[in-house]
Amino acid sequence: MSEFFQQLINGFAFGSILALIALGYTMVYGILRFINFAHGDVFMLGAFAGFYLAPKVATVFPIPSITGGLAVMAISMAICAAIGIVIEKLAYRPLRKRPKLTVLITAIGVSLLIEYTCQNSHVFGASPKSFPTLIPAYPIKLGALSLNSNQLVVLGVTLALLAALRFIVLKTKIGMAMRALAFNPEAAALMGINTDVVISFTFGLGSALAAAAGILFAVNYPSIDPLMGILPGLKAFVAAVLGGIGNLPGAALGGIIIGVTETFVAGYISSTYRDAIAFGILILILLIKPSGLLGKKEIEKV
Amino acid sequence: MNIRHAKTFLFGALALSFLVSLGANYFNSYWLFISYDIGINIILAVSLNLINGYTGQFSLGHAGFMAVGAYTAAVITNQFGELNTFLSGTVFLGALLAGGVLAAVAGLLVGIPTLRLRGDYLAIVTLGFGEIIRVVLQNMNAVGGARGLSVMHGWTNFFWAFSFAAVTVYVVTALVHSTYGRGFIAVRDDEVTASAMGINPTKYKVTAFVIGAFFAGIAGGLYAHSKQFLTPGGFGFMQSISFVVMVILGGMGNTIGVIIAAVLLTLLPEFLRPVAEYRMIIYSLLLIVLMLTRPQGLFSFKKSPAK
Repeated sequence: MSEFFQQLINGFAFGSILALIALGYTMVYGILRFINFAHGDVFMLGAFAGFYLAPKVATVFPIPSITGGLAVMAISMAICAAIGIVIEKLAYRPLRKRPKLTVLITAIGVSLLIEYTCQNSHVFGASPKSFPTLIPAYPIKLGALSLNSNQLVVLGVTLALLAALRFIVLKTKIGMAMRALAFNPEAAALMGINTDVVISFTFGLGSALAAAAGILFAVNYPSIDPLMGILPGLKAFVAAVLGGIGNLPGAALGGIIIGVTETFVAGYISSTYRDAIAFGILILILLIKPSGLLGKKEIEKV
Repeated sequence: MNIRHAKTFLFGALALSFLVSLGANYFNSYWLFISYDIGINIILAVSLNLINGYTGQFSLGHAGFMAVGAYTAAVITNQFGELNTFLSGTVFLGALLAGGVLAAVAGLLVGIPTLRLRGDYLAIVTLGFGEIIRVVLQNMNAVGGARGLSVMHGWTNFFWAFSFAAVTVYVVTALVHSTYGRGFIAVRDDEVTASAMGINPTKYKVTAFVIGAFFAGIAGGLYAHSKQFLTPGGFGFMQSISFVVMVILGGMGNTIGVIIAAVLLTLLPEFLRPVAEYRMIIYSLLLIVLMLTRPQGLFSFKKSPAK
């Protein structure tokens, strides 16, 4: 039984990282109706930003420590938010009125560009780097359960970020503009909402969450490389579809479900099949309920 | 390319590939091997063009079907020892077709549930299927798992590669110009209108998918017997993307453009060898710039109809 809870907690930790990435996919999809393929790479850039920031931040705050870890995360989130906004401005904005396929291929191109530029030996290099210890890790004994304090940090930070996101989307003016844009972009523009600003903000917000996920991922699995974003990115997209794409609580729920399922399959059945699980779930959900668990059914009008 | 040209092209290309293969010993073997890659990539790009270009279904799983064909053909020919020219040709042809058929079956299994989806969803599901095929191959010890599979016979030659390329080009061209095949283009241009005209979009999409997968399987078999070593990692997401890029660069639904693009993109890495480290960066930049400036492809000069 204790192994079951152990796996459950591992699954929750991994799932909440996926949930943070999935939120970015789902927000962008909700507003622009396209999959930002480069989102997984922003996640990777977040982890690398943390890697290079850690020694600099260490001159101000002690590292490893909670304050130091949070400072690194905050700066990395700011950097990635800027990167996300720039990507949108340069690559996606000129294509906004073009067919979706064109934008999708551009997004794949941006993703490849980031991955290969970062693999270049003058940038990050292709070989994995070991991520510094940002937050002191303590083993915690709870009866027969042995936890790692990092897993609790992941869960705590995720919850805090989800609460912050909920506040932004539901209680602020820009959040209301985001919801209006997702509901009907043309009507929103006619109501005097500056759609460009809102879209930039959405990209920034999503990228910041991805950066936070990158740092949390690297804290838990401290080996980072330029291709580390591909699989978590795809799995997070699956999570967003599972929860109902465009739906924020759905993305979080989907992330947790995928993370827990994958951890259980890896723990109890076979770890070599773990990467196929997310796609298996995706196919099942699209067969049974294509609008996702919490999504609304969309009717196409001619 | 219209249908009459296609027939002339088919026989011309078959005869030419036979003649060239007779003289193959006189060519530099390095360039000869690259020419096999060109033939194989033409098959893959033109067959993907049927799905992506003519039917408008964005598939990112072509490498998965190629993997099915490659492994099937390799497992079949590995059962045989040394054979004389005639027998080896027969066995090879049988193995290639078996690989194609199995890939087509995979295409059918993937296609039926997923082709109800549109655009982005379809892309990600086909990508997912490609990855699932890769993970399954990685876990199959019978075909070497992650260690890879050696292919005993290097039977792919200029004749096989280019005659199959010619057949693929012919079949795709003849198909989309037939009465039946107009349905593919109708589904691409407007699914709702097409179904109002009595065309069953799902049936057309699945047909395009199965035919595309069949030829991808054949290309896989040719690839297996050219490289003589297969690893599941060689059939990943990146491979699928590179075929998509060929289709995009050539212009979706433009067979001649896609052939030119397949040739250019196979040769490009050879010419970029001196700057190998920047090769993929240049490649991805090219893709973005192309999408921003010429989304209709480099070799499409017809104006797209106004919406």
